[in-house]
Amino acid sequence: MLGKTANGLYWMFRSLERAENTSRLIETGQRIGLTRSGNMEWGSVMQTAGVAEGYAAHRGEIAQDQAIDWMLRDTDNPSSVLSSIASARQNARMVRTALTTDVWEATNAAYMRSKELLARKVPERDLPNTLKLIRQRTALVRGATHGTMLRNDIYDFARIGTFLERADNTARILDVKYYVLLPSVFAVGSTIDNVQWETILRSVSASGGYRMAYGNQVNARDIAKFLILDKRMPRSLNFCVSKLRDNLGYLASDYDTTLPSHEIADKLAQRLSLHDIDEIFEYGLHEYIQTILASIGELGAQIEQDYRFYV
Amino acid sequence: MSDEKIFDEMWGRDEQLRDPYANFQSWFDGEDPARLRAKQREADDLFRLTGITFNVYGRQEAEERLIPFDIVPRVIAQREWQKLSRGIEQRVRAINAFLNDIYGRQEIIKAGRLPQEMIAKNAAFLPQMIGVHPPGGVYTHIVGIDLVRTDDNEFYVLEDNARTPSGVSYMLENRETMLHMFPELFAKNNVLPVSTYPADLRRSLAACAPPACDGPPTVAVLTPGIYNSAYFEHSFLADQMGAELVEGHDLRVVDGRVAMRTTRGYQPIDVLYRRVDDDFLDPLNFNPDSQLGVPGIMDVYRAGGITIANAPGSGIADDKAIYSYMPEIVEFYTGERPLLQNVPTWRCSDKESLQYVLDNLADLVVKEVHGSGGYGMLIGPTASKKEIAEFRKKLEARPGNYIAQPTLSLSTVPIFTNKGLSPRHVDLRPFVLVSPEGINITPGGLTRVALKKGSLVVNSSQGGGTKDTWVLED
Repeated sequence: MLGKTANGLYWMFRSLERAENTSRLIETGQRIGLTRSGNMEWGSVMQTAGVAEGYAAHRGEIAQDQAIDWMLRDTDNPSSVLSSIASARQNARMVRTALTTDVWEATNAAYMRSKELLARKVPERDLPNTLKLIRQRTALVRGATHGTMLRNDIYDFARIGTFLERADNTARILDVKYYVLLPSVFAVGSTIDNVQWETILRSVSASGGYRMAYGNQVNARDIAKFLILDKRMPRSLNFCVSKLRDNLGYLASDYDTTLPSHEIADKLAQRLSLHDIDEIFEYGLHEYIQTILASIGELGAQIEQDYRFYV
Repeated sequence: MSDEKIFDEMWGRDEQLRDPYANFQSWFDGEDPARLRAKQREADDLFRLTGITFNVYGRQEAEERLIPFDIVPRVIAQREWQKLSRGIEQRVRAINAFLNDIYGRQEIIKAGRLPQEMIAKNAAFLPQMIGVHPPGGVYTHIVGIDLVRTDDNEFYVLEDNARTPSGVSYMLENRETMLHMFPELFAKNNVLPVSTYPADLRRSLAACAPPACDGPPTVAVLTPGIYNSAYFEHSFLADQMGAELVEGHDLRVVDGRVAMRTTRGYQPIDVLYRRVDDDFLDPLNFNPDSQLGVPGIMDVYRAGGITIANAPGSGIADDKAIYSYMPEIVEFYTGERPLLQNVPTWRCSDKESLQYVLDNLADLVVKEVHGSGGYGMLIGPTASKKEIAEFRKKLEARPGNYIAQPTLSLSTVPIFTNKGLSPRHVDLRPFVLVSPEGINITPGGLTRVALKKGSLVVNSSQGGGTKDTWVLED
């Protein structure tokens, strides 16, 4: 496989994952906007999505409708839902020969439908439905990938892109919201905290999963544990990293070569499986997330190098 | 030409239904026009979903466009096709012999059948190719011959595309679309399949592997990239052939071979089907500013380390000035009379011809020798006085840059419009594969149709569309 093709697959699936994550963040933001007054939450939502600086430069003061529009459909924002889907499709065109017809057509259709849905500013009452329709389209790409692609190196790079983006997203949510999960003398058990926790769970589509795993008692310690260490939760750091390690492992045995990125993934996976949530709080939640984010970044850069994405 | 009735491939000159269209006609009569209109829209959606779109040159933010597709097939009878394909084979054989000769001993010039200056002063002649023997003796692995028809039994060659002919993906996707939309039509007609083309292409390319190749040949398609207007076709062919789709920056010369950067290091390529022009192929040997090519590939090529398809320098064979010598070229190398006719051509570099052309501008088509895509040409009969006057100046300033031909009365084939069937002018580009094993012509080709009533310009960049082309089995 060409290095360029591996790169294209990796970014195609990173972009798709990013489109879904951003759309979930928008949904969460709007939801909080309904229950609380003010626009203060949008600042942290955009920070989580990594688009706050661009927003400040292009749109200035924070307002709900402006923030939604920026995150949803502004092409000046490379991480907007529309930009991400366009980028996924552009990468898919580049790696067309590595994709099945089903995957290509699902991706192309997702792009065409999103472009149509996002041609104009979306009125707030239409927002939930629009976001749902877009996520259904990206889910079709995922389904076609799962159902029609060979389990070879092509699939491995697609999965690596998906889980690297997802791990990064979950880590950034925790990074921005860590203070909500810290034990505090103030406001413990207050409604403010409940809303904030709910925000975190919603933004990773995990409210239902959390209830199944931990029951109805929401508390900061369990949420942190769920998002960082849980092996069953498909967006937890532990889950994503173990998938990354698995897919890199398939590549290693397929190519019969172990490379530096495999070592980074192994170490990271080991850290997450050995740690205990109390130790993490003791170490400092914020500091801990920072080290994980750094390792994810390092892993991504090493993969690019090991598999000759650019040179 | 305007006084004479035009030959329609479905209805002839006298409204008599021609045989090849009999089954189509009876099917069409039983169809509800509203259903067919819905099918026409469905075809557009299918093309969009598949991604058969093209980017318009020079417009960065432009929408991707579809080449309009018309649902009425263009039907060719078996006996017509046999005659055509014999002529095409003869011509393509002659083109390859000519290229071998012109970059070798130049017998045709020594024999006085082609003036020396046609080569010496020609930008399409590549001195770097002199004395090079392409693997298998094949220069033009893929050829697209542009044909027009003027009567039941009259075909003319308009142009030989010997560099990097495009459009074959439309031939294939048009058929797929018709099969998808109107399966019942294919049950009634014995249409010869075109779907074997990608496998034939791969086999044909592999048969031209270079001396350095040991083991099964690795084939790759070289594209200028996703912003090229024909990118869809490049990725389509690579995909269908099971070949890698590479760009210049994926390639470099490693240990005397051209190699591609894979996830496991550099891997040599044996046959490169390039869809970039000669000029951009090698910045060390040609255009030094090219970002699309591979530095040093020409040196590897000359040393037998890679096969380039089509061979660099093949363009001399489809040059518009050389075109007028094609009857001599065919006779010289095959020893036979040409089976396909050339359109009579005046070379404006010649004083007497120039005078004739200047005197008859209103009746002639004047083309740039190196132009393509239907740009920079004058169609006398439809041009305004002002356009003719302006063109006259250009022609007088640089006569050697132009050739002129009579306007042929191109045949028509019906298209489906809101008011039913309506005739439009068409041309035909069959695709030909050449390898040491022989010449392979896919039964069918790309039919381009001028969608505007009365228009003779079929180029997609200027409002042309395409049709599925059927060759019937007997």
